[in-house]
Amino acid sequence: MTAIVLSGVQLPDGSTTDLNLADGHIVEEAPSGAETVDCSGLIALPGLVDPHTHLREPGREDTETVLSGSRAAARGGFTAVCAMANTQPVTDTAEKAEHVHGLGLRAGLVDVQVIGAITKGLKGAELAELGLMNRSRAKVTMFSDDGMCVQDASLMRKAFEWVKPFGGVLAQHSQDSTLAGPGACCHEGELSGRLGLGGWPPVAESIIIARDAMLAEATGSRLHVCHITTAEGVDVVRWAKARGIHVTAEVTPHHLLLGTEELVDYDTVYKVNPPLRTSEHREALRAALADGTIDVVGTDHAPHAAQDKDHAFADAKPGMIGLEQALASVIETMVKPGLLDWATVADRMSHAPAKLARLSGQGRPLAVGEPANVVLVDPTRTAVVDKDASASLSRNNPYHGRLLPDPIEATYLRGRETYRRG
Amino acid sequence: MKHLLSIADLSVEEIHSILNLAEEMHDVQSRPVKKLPALRGRTVVNLFFEDSTRTRSSFELAAKWLSADAINVSAKGSSVSKGESMRDTLLTLDAMGVDAIVMRHAGSGAVRQAAGWVRASMINAGDGMHEHPTQALLDAHAIRRHLARNGLGTIDGKRVSITGDLIHSRVVRSNVLLLKKLGASVVLVAPPTLLPPGVETWGVDVSHELDPVLPDVDVAMMLRVQRERMLGGYFPSEREYIDAYGLTAGRLAKLKEGACIAHPGPMNRGLEISSAAADSAGSIVLDQVSSGVAVRMSVLYHLLAGEEQ
Repeated sequence: MTAIVLSGVQLPDGSTTDLNLADGHIVEEAPSGAETVDCSGLIALPGLVDPHTHLREPGREDTETVLSGSRAAARGGFTAVCAMANTQPVTDTAEKAEHVHGLGLRAGLVDVQVIGAITKGLKGAELAELGLMNRSRAKVTMFSDDGMCVQDASLMRKAFEWVKPFGGVLAQHSQDSTLAGPGACCHEGELSGRLGLGGWPPVAESIIIARDAMLAEATGSRLHVCHITTAEGVDVVRWAKARGIHVTAEVTPHHLLLGTEELVDYDTVYKVNPPLRTSEHREALRAALADGTIDVVGTDHAPHAAQDKDHAFADAKPGMIGLEQALASVIETMVKPGLLDWATVADRMSHAPAKLARLSGQGRPLAVGEPANVVLVDPTRTAVVDKDASASLSRNNPYHGRLLPDPIEATYLRGRETYRRG
Repeated sequence: MKHLLSIADLSVEEIHSILNLAEEMHDVQSRPVKKLPALRGRTVVNLFFEDSTRTRSSFELAAKWLSADAINVSAKGSSVSKGESMRDTLLTLDAMGVDAIVMRHAGSGAVRQAAGWVRASMINAGDGMHEHPTQALLDAHAIRRHLARNGLGTIDGKRVSITGDLIHSRVVRSNVLLLKKLGASVVLVAPPTLLPPGVETWGVDVSHELDPVLPDVDVAMMLRVQRERMLGGYFPSEREYIDAYGLTAGRLAKLKEGACIAHPGPMNRGLEISSAAADSAGSIVLDQVSSGVAVRMSVLYHLLAGEEQ
């Protein structure tokens, strides 16, 4: 394996050093013949870890495959992604989990950690084979019906009890379906009233977070709140953490950057579930990511084909892609305004999500002896996003045409270059 | 004017131009021979993704009386279920070279989206819970005629109440925009469960009670309340709804002299409006229907007659 010296690179703590990558690790001294990369002006972060990615394989390989999604992830600076369970078929057995896990190994560009469904077929009626998925080669530790919310409190309680012995975590898409049903597609407020779009009220999110936090407390089990979008939801998470409940929360790059006002022309690229919110919610999310109430950034990268978006707003599929612009959004909304320093970016986008998904070889410090999972970041570079310049098979990119940071220079997975700016 | 998507897009001048021409078109309806040659050779497609009898037939008559060729395309059931995207449905019709597409769709904003895809002029015949601009224009036309008949002046300065299921109504959004542009003051009357979010930013008055509102209004517009809404908990029972919001025979007496009663139909007699009210001397319900053809003739003329043939 080739050895690489990242010369004069700045670490997240602000110090400058040479990082020597050899045999998949960060080593004390570079072997002779190592390639030297001049990294002056660049920052090295531990490889990013996405706790929430939709890879669409099996089922919708026209919109994304494990390979194409892995490429997009590497371009976004990721060395690991957690693949959501809502494929076709749903990942709800050990065999299906091992299939996706195998596809990830074959692609070999990022570690693909499989997320298993909480309930069979995401139907919310019976538990999926949680323990068998955990004991499979895929070593599933995180379970989610994402896309759907487990509505039945009793079933949710039993799922918490079932995963507790093996340290599993339930990642909930928090959406009370009686308050925000299938027609809910726009943040409930002035704009939903004006545009005549079905309102998605914040309380539909916070009420489920509160319920699940109390179930997690009652069972002593772990809850992860996917894609939190509301100030009220953040308040509930803050309360739960203060009580000592095992809860973590995630925010998406698009909920940090984009607002409900994008919907004014009914452009379906901005249809996402939960919906884009108003600035007061966005400010609350940014503050919560800064103070640690929100633990991780998760992309909710959700590729869709054009024909599934070319419908009336209410009929179009919800979701937007986000792997490649995730760090750009975090720099724009958090680093530039001084809400996060680089060490904390490394925490929210690498250390904390790796800990959440129990990925032992990911999210480690950039220190001798650690795995050489590294992303090189140019903090000053910007570019206008072009949706066609993407490794994803889909083009539902909400950042298209926007001037944003363009930070990713190169990504290394265990010392091997998986992306370099071309 | 290329499209008619929302009342918000119209200037006051354009509104007056449409309503004034509608007056002339209205007179044509009383002639034995109703056909005008204005749009001969032009083609208008009625594309209805949602069922409609009165709006579709009204647009069809309007097109035919202007000598345009009119065809009806029913695309009932969303295109999603047929496996064709809405965009492809629109592009297919557009490729046939039609001049205008009159479109109704259950999805809010669908007609605006369509206007971004096609070459033809798009006319919004009702998009979800968003807008129904020709309904608002015909309501204004009928109100104008009522005021003129009774020597009561113009809409400017008049007060209009709109009562009913406002949260699900595309009519209320178009009417609020239009009536305000014409100088009327609007009061919306509904229980909190049936009011759209953000209504306090619309520049209208809002009341949860009908009784105190009625004595001051020049127009009492009643909107349909679907009985099925009870299932969603929007109101407890028909009789409780009627007790607070129905235009009952008893409430008729609260209206001032010369006030008129409007309803875009279809009416639920005995629910939001009593027969006593619907059939009263002040009712302009049937005038609204005849106004519909005249206003739609005017709209088609404004969109199509100006273009090079």
